[in-house]
Amino acid sequence: MSQEMNVNVTPGAGSNPFEKIGRDQNGGERIVRKSLTAWQNIRRNLYENKLSMVGLYFIIAIALMAIFAPWVTGLITGYNYFANELANANQPPSWAHWFGTDDLGRDMWVRTWKGAQISLFVGIAAALIDLVIGIVYGGIMGYFGGKVDETMNRIAEILYAIPYLLVVILLMVVMPQSLTTIIVAMSITGWINMAWIVRGEIMRLKNQEYALASKALGAGSMRIIFRHLIPNAMGPILVTLTLTIPGAMFTEAFLSFLGMGVKSPVASWGTMIDNGRQAMTTYPWRIMFPALFLAVSMFALNVFGDGLRDAFDPKMKK
Amino acid sequence: MSDNFVEVQGLRKFFNVGNNRILKAVNDISFSIKQGETLGLVGESGCGKSTAGRTIIRLYEPTAGSVTVDGVEVTKLSKSKMKAQRRNMQMIFQDPFASLNPRMTILDIIGEALDIHGLAGSRAERKRRVEELLELVGLNAEHASRFPHEFSGGQRQRIGITRALAVEPKFIICDEPISALDVSIQAQVINLLMDLQKKMDLTYLFVAHDLSMVKYMSDRVAVMYLGKIVEIAKSEDLYANPQHPYTTALLSAIPVPDIEDEGRKERIVLQGDLPSPINPPSGCPFRTRCPAATERCAQEAPELRETRPGHLAACHYA
Ligand SMILES: Nc1ncnc2c1ncn2[C@@H]1O[C@H](COP(=O)(O)OP(=O)(O)OP(=O)(O)O)[C@@H](O)[C@H]1O
Ligand SMILES: [Mg+2]
Repeated sequence: MSQEMNVNVTPGAGSNPFEKIGRDQNGGERIVRKSLTAWQNIRRNLYENKLSMVGLYFIIAIALMAIFAPWVTGLITGYNYFANELANANQPPSWAHWFGTDDLGRDMWVRTWKGAQISLFVGIAAALIDLVIGIVYGGIMGYFGGKVDETMNRIAEILYAIPYLLVVILLMVVMPQSLTTIIVAMSITGWINMAWIVRGEIMRLKNQEYALASKALGAGSMRIIFRHLIPNAMGPILVTLTLTIPGAMFTEAFLSFLGMGVKSPVASWGTMIDNGRQAMTTYPWRIMFPALFLAVSMFALNVFGDGLRDAFDPKMKK
Repeated sequence: MSDNFVEVQGLRKFFNVGNNRILKAVNDISFSIKQGETLGLVGESGCGKSTAGRTIIRLYEPTAGSVTVDGVEVTKLSKSKMKAQRRNMQMIFQDPFASLNPRMTILDIIGEALDIHGLAGSRAERKRRVEELLELVGLNAEHASRFPHEFSGGQRQRIGITRALAVEPKFIICDEPISALDVSIQAQVINLLMDLQKKMDLTYLFVAHDLSMVKYMSDRVAVMYLGKIVEIAKSEDLYANPQHPYTTALLSAIPVPDIEDEGRKERIVLQGDLPSPINPPSGCPFRTRCPAATERCAQEAPELRETRPGHLAACHYA
């Protein structure tokens, strides 16, 4: 407390040393300035980051193409991703087949966007599963701390230490070779990173006075974790989520490349690359297009994730 | 039964700070507060005032001791009984910028109190009640839809007060509610608290780190040093006849308005820093900084005893 205040206090004074100030004198309580919410601020920071916005536009464009291109192309030309047309095999890019055709004469343009569907789906699904498990597990670890944290953290560490490929291969033995298996395999260890991020954030936030105030009101642990703490940890969570997607997409491609991916005729960028690799020198377009789009989307997602991280970082604020 | 509304007996809160070191933040404090009374709790930064307050309303589990509020022994209550008891006792926090969740609107921050205890039947009733409460503390009803960052420190502190009042408590712990505010705003908040006390017959534990504001607010004052209460007495008596050398030193730090008085009173500057609550001094905790310390003070811990009628002090030489 400052000195000026103290001076006002006369020892043993009977009179009120403080002038009572009523409510809303001259509209003094009214809020004039319309200040930005935290989210508006983040959005503005993001807008100013050109590279990351380019990344975002790329992702949106690729996602839109993945959703609509196979369907629209099918309507116009009758091409689909599965019907073989051996007479047309290994055609280079042309007006009829923009991206050429593969060894079974299937249109690469349609297959590339079909592949985008699978790749993006795997990336997003794996990231969302990581998100849910990571938030719950990490939230509980971070909030309760102590023995609970120690035990749960030990379990996470053990899982994390198991070689990832081993888990996948073992899983492939007991489960059918399918998209579900790939996603499950990725999720077994994928959530741990998210859980650690959430745990750190919750530990940082749990002794904030707003959390204590909620506890004082009688709120239960779950209410405090999910209503108060998680929303305030959304920045790092979103960044981690965004950066998980390209990782999962790459893992899917990698597994496909090893022959553990989705089964033909369904295409993912990974299986297409694997398939194209066999004729890389003679029919380069068969590997070029899926590889190019995989690289571009991973790059775009990473750039966007980094931009998001910067936008959330208060040190970047002007 | 006594007519004490709040009764704290032998309360301790120790923190385990790793490496088997114990931090004795609150070490055996006892006091009582009558209904409608304000007990001031003063002491320098780090002496355990916030921890004491938080342990009393069981934001922290006490290491030992008992707390009785309105005839209910709080420390032993089950989860569900504790939730009901929380309607009786609330807390106003030190930092108005940390005590409101930045992601929630004022309506939801205050409404949460109503939600937890089922105090509002419908959304409309909830909104109406929140607006009513806002007006009670001198804010506008239209502020309900705003976010905390749109308010000034004083306004935020009023919102914190509103939240506490929403469950209609009888006992409120005010943890340095004004120390983070501009001097010009402090008096407004103090007056608001005193107004509310009169209107609603509230009992306060008013925490502060210097004696001047406490004197204005409190009927009785307890002085805390290194987790212990070293003196407790009626306000006027404590100011007129401080018994403990630490209280004398604190009082001498209050600037006196009139010059004659200033000459009479000499300012006692305490030597050294507050000792660590991990390794408190033997005997009397204050002896390392006490101008009158003797051999006996190092050997024997002084008990809190009545040195004048209704005036307790923990000093061998009081
Ligand atoms: N959660 C905790 N874990 C470990 N130590 C703690 C914890 N909370 C408080 N302490 C320690 O307990 C002691 C008392 O802290 P407390 O916050 O109660 O002091 P205070 O009197 O409120 O100080 P201030 O005026 O700065 O608010 C300090 O040494 C502090 O470091
Ligand atoms: Mg404090």
